[in-house]
Amino acid sequence: MLNTVFLPELALMLTVLVLFFMTLGKFKTGTVQAVSLLFAAISLVAAVASFGSHGDLFYNAYRVDALSQLFKIAIILGLFLVFMLGHGLTGIRRELHTEYNMFLTISAMGLVFLSSSVELLTILLSLEISSYALYVVIPFRQGQGRIHVEAGIKYVLFGAASTGLTLYGMSYVFGLAHTTYLSELAQKMPALVATQPLAVFAMIFVMTAFFYKLALFPMHFWTPDVYQGASNETAGFVATLPKVGAVLLLIRFAAVAGFDITQFTWVLAAIAVLSMTLGNLSALVQNDLKRLLAYSSIAHAGYVMLGVITADLVGMSASVFYVIGYLLMNLGCFYVIYNIAPDGENVTFDDLKGLSKRSPLLALTLLVSAFSMAGIPPTIGFIGKFMLFTGALHKGFYALVIIAVINAAVAAFYYLKMARAAYCAPESDPSLPFEAITLPLGSRFLATFFIVIIIAIGAMPQSLLNAAKSAISTLL
Amino acid sequence: MEKYLILNTLNFPILSLLLVIPVIGAVVAMFMRGDTLLKFWGLAVTLVTALVSLPLWTNFDAATAKYQFVELRHWFPALDLNYVVGVDGISVLLVLLTTLIMPLCILCSWTYIKTRMKEFIIVTLLMETAMLGVFVSMNTVLFYIFWEGMLVPMYLIIAVWGGERKDYASIKFFLYTFAGSIFLLVAIVAMYITTGTFFIPALMEHSFPFGYQMWIFAACALGFAIKMPMFPFHTWLPAAHVEAPVAGSVILASILLKMGGYGFLRFCLPMAPAATLYCMPFLLIMSLISIVVGGYLALGQSDVKKLIAYSSVGHMGFVTLGIFLLNDAGIKGAMLQMLNHGVTTGALFILIGIIYERTHSRELSVNNKLGMFMPIYVTFLGIFSLSSLAFPGTNSFVGEFLVLYGAFDKFPVVGAVSILGAILAAAYMLRMLQKMVWDDSDGHVHHGEDHGHDDDNGGHKLFDCNFREFIQLAFLTVFVFWIGLHPQPLLHIMDTSVAHLIHQIDAGSAVQEAVHHHGEHHALLETAGAWVRNLL
Repeated sequence: MLNTVFLPELALMLTVLVLFFMTLGKFKTGTVQAVSLLFAAISLVAAVASFGSHGDLFYNAYRVDALSQLFKIAIILGLFLVFMLGHGLTGIRRELHTEYNMFLTISAMGLVFLSSSVELLTILLSLEISSYALYVVIPFRQGQGRIHVEAGIKYVLFGAASTGLTLYGMSYVFGLAHTTYLSELAQKMPALVATQPLAVFAMIFVMTAFFYKLALFPMHFWTPDVYQGASNETAGFVATLPKVGAVLLLIRFAAVAGFDITQFTWVLAAIAVLSMTLGNLSALVQNDLKRLLAYSSIAHAGYVMLGVITADLVGMSASVFYVIGYLLMNLGCFYVIYNIAPDGENVTFDDLKGLSKRSPLLALTLLVSAFSMAGIPPTIGFIGKFMLFTGALHKGFYALVIIAVINAAVAAFYYLKMARAAYCAPESDPSLPFEAITLPLGSRFLATFFIVIIIAIGAMPQSLLNAAKSAISTLL
Repeated sequence: MEKYLILNTLNFPILSLLLVIPVIGAVVAMFMRGDTLLKFWGLAVTLVTALVSLPLWTNFDAATAKYQFVELRHWFPALDLNYVVGVDGISVLLVLLTTLIMPLCILCSWTYIKTRMKEFIIVTLLMETAMLGVFVSMNTVLFYIFWEGMLVPMYLIIAVWGGERKDYASIKFFLYTFAGSIFLLVAIVAMYITTGTFFIPALMEHSFPFGYQMWIFAACALGFAIKMPMFPFHTWLPAAHVEAPVAGSVILASILLKMGGYGFLRFCLPMAPAATLYCMPFLLIMSLISIVVGGYLALGQSDVKKLIAYSSVGHMGFVTLGIFLLNDAGIKGAMLQMLNHGVTTGALFILIGIIYERTHSRELSVNNKLGMFMPIYVTFLGIFSLSSLAFPGTNSFVGEFLVLYGAFDKFPVVGAVSILGAILAAAYMLRMLQKMVWDDSDGHVHHGEDHGHDDDNGGHKLFDCNFREFIQLAFLTVFVFWIGLHPQPLLHIMDTSVAHLIHQIDAGSAVQEAVHHHGEHHALLETAGAWVRNLL
């Protein structure tokens, strides 16, 4: 019984073990990649197989339910896609390829643990498992000066600070409610949050580490530098998987804080507004694509919060839907960035020029991903925004939705700039490289996967939305 | 449901076929090689779509205002969101206009588009689906999906195959229309939350409170006014028109601009009748400004494409004018004017494309004295120019006459001002015609007497229209005279739907008056009414 419930975790642990033993020997990158992909696929199958199972493990600190299992599938799918996207690992020091994949798997495993954690200390432990692996991985980059060291240090410092704040918040929560179990907190906190400012303060602090993971407003400073400093494949991981985990935890904490509109809601709403506005305005002027995506992720974090603050079925399931869509479309963008830079260098708008001639498939992937992030139908990003707006309007947050809509219109500019750079050949610069980018078969398959899934879920969102709804309904 | 619609009685799903055929065509085109094959394929697909759409004309029941040829499938049951398409007297003609114009868009690009033919065909076919989708959607979300989805192919058409400033023009087009229409999404969601439905006919029946209607109206009207485009939101249009390739200009002028008017008729008027009534004076004044400013700006252009673009602003001003007169003649005139503008301005852009392929210039000063070398071309230019200035006997005359009749019937002052626009139209079109056909008065003659011959040294080869070009123009000429001399069948199709629409507005605003009989909103309406009476 335990095994079926705990299957994805076991599969990931097995993957980590196998990769660990591989670090002891010398293997070609191709072998490492093949093994990683195989085991990631097995874990994915395990996650899908355990979808629908439920139970409480480890003294009820670890809950397996529809919500956690949906996120586990998303996280392991993300891991699989990151492995597939970074074929060859061109941005990583050659001798560290095996370690790199191992640490990524550990980080994903931490996130998988996080999805099921329903007790404050378990949450903290899972979070740290996931974070520490990433702290190690970011400086693995090769050949780009010392930029990756700066990124690594920033990531550690901000991460440590935000974890400290979370612990500080947890101490208050424990002091107020005398328990660390979310299920018990959920019975005590709503009344406290409604009456005591201290409880609001404590809940916000508890969430800080997840603001950091999600790159939400006050904890967003690391994002552009880390994206820029980390190698392209690492940035793809950092930009997506931890955010999926963070959204789940924010949803869990929002549910703990209660379903009524309180001061707590308005603090989160302010954070959401500041985050989307600041992210979008800063993204407008970026030239480095990864920095642009970093600021865009800050903005997207703000959108996701629209659903979290509603604290009801429609809004929260919209957040779940949105973050899964975000995982796919953002990885689509990072996939393109990775393939444009053969030596793992950073990509600017100049590198995108003429992309539609150099590789029509990459250009189309970028176009679809960018338009999805901008929220143009019929893509997953559009349905996500549509559901978020529906949820927020449903709860009466008219002003918030209007601000979000204005933001979406502003954001369209820089997403369009990406598509434009890829499709409008430069007028007067014959010196630009026009050698075609040849993609291996697996990579071409991946591009097609991104294009098809972004449009297919956009056109037929029913099943994913139902999954998100049934996941959230276990929480309410 | 039955009170709103008549299910499709044909033995094939006509509207779904219309939406699907171009997509299938685009997918098949991905696997084709060779520009000629692709062009013929694109032409074949658009022609088949046009043929399939013809039963809409023959089997349309003009005696009812209900939606017809309706198909209903479950799509997203959790939100009561269905795939439901249908046409009524307001949309059926626009659907036919779209299907009939699209083959011409392929034809007029036959030699104009020189690069990436495959992508061009794919994008154009996807564009056709998106445009048809806008006109047949009976569900606000479906409408919005097609409405926004349309931006992507149109953006690509301008950005990839456009002229020198395509970069600027395409992004301006995209951002302008995206910013406008995203508020439409808010309105759609807000209406859903209030009523629990996305179904357009049900939303039309629902009576929203006045303040709510004002918000709905503002959010929708902004998007539609930009699309139209209405002064002062018109600045994207000249840029987009000038830089777009010929097919892009034709699509923009003939079909895209109609969506603003269609949106007003489909959303603003029936869903927010009291707000419409309240805002009527403002929109009438904006329409008048559009007419006069558009005409005035057209008068000063030396670039033919810009001239036609600004003339579109003026023509669309007549359309909004007709719509917001809120009487039978006005709305019918506006709808007819949308079709006319589609035919006439589409043809004018095709004509400009033809001359641009020969002289590589759109300047009036370069393209002059064409009468000497291109008699057939000049004949068509004359016909369509006269049609554009609403010469009696041509299509635009009927539409403009109806709008003016509606205007004089309701507010003579409005009619008088719009007459000014009609005069301006005559001025700029005749100026263009005179310059292009005869003028060599500026002494700056680019092509001498021998330019009719195959002589590359002296200038451009000015051969007359070939068969492909002749067919396109002749086809549209048929419509110029058909609508001009016998508009009855078209008006007949609109009759019941327009009457129903006017009934909806009257009923909606009457309910509002009853509800707010003693409220401040009533006072607002009263003030507005008084304001209009004083002003006009």
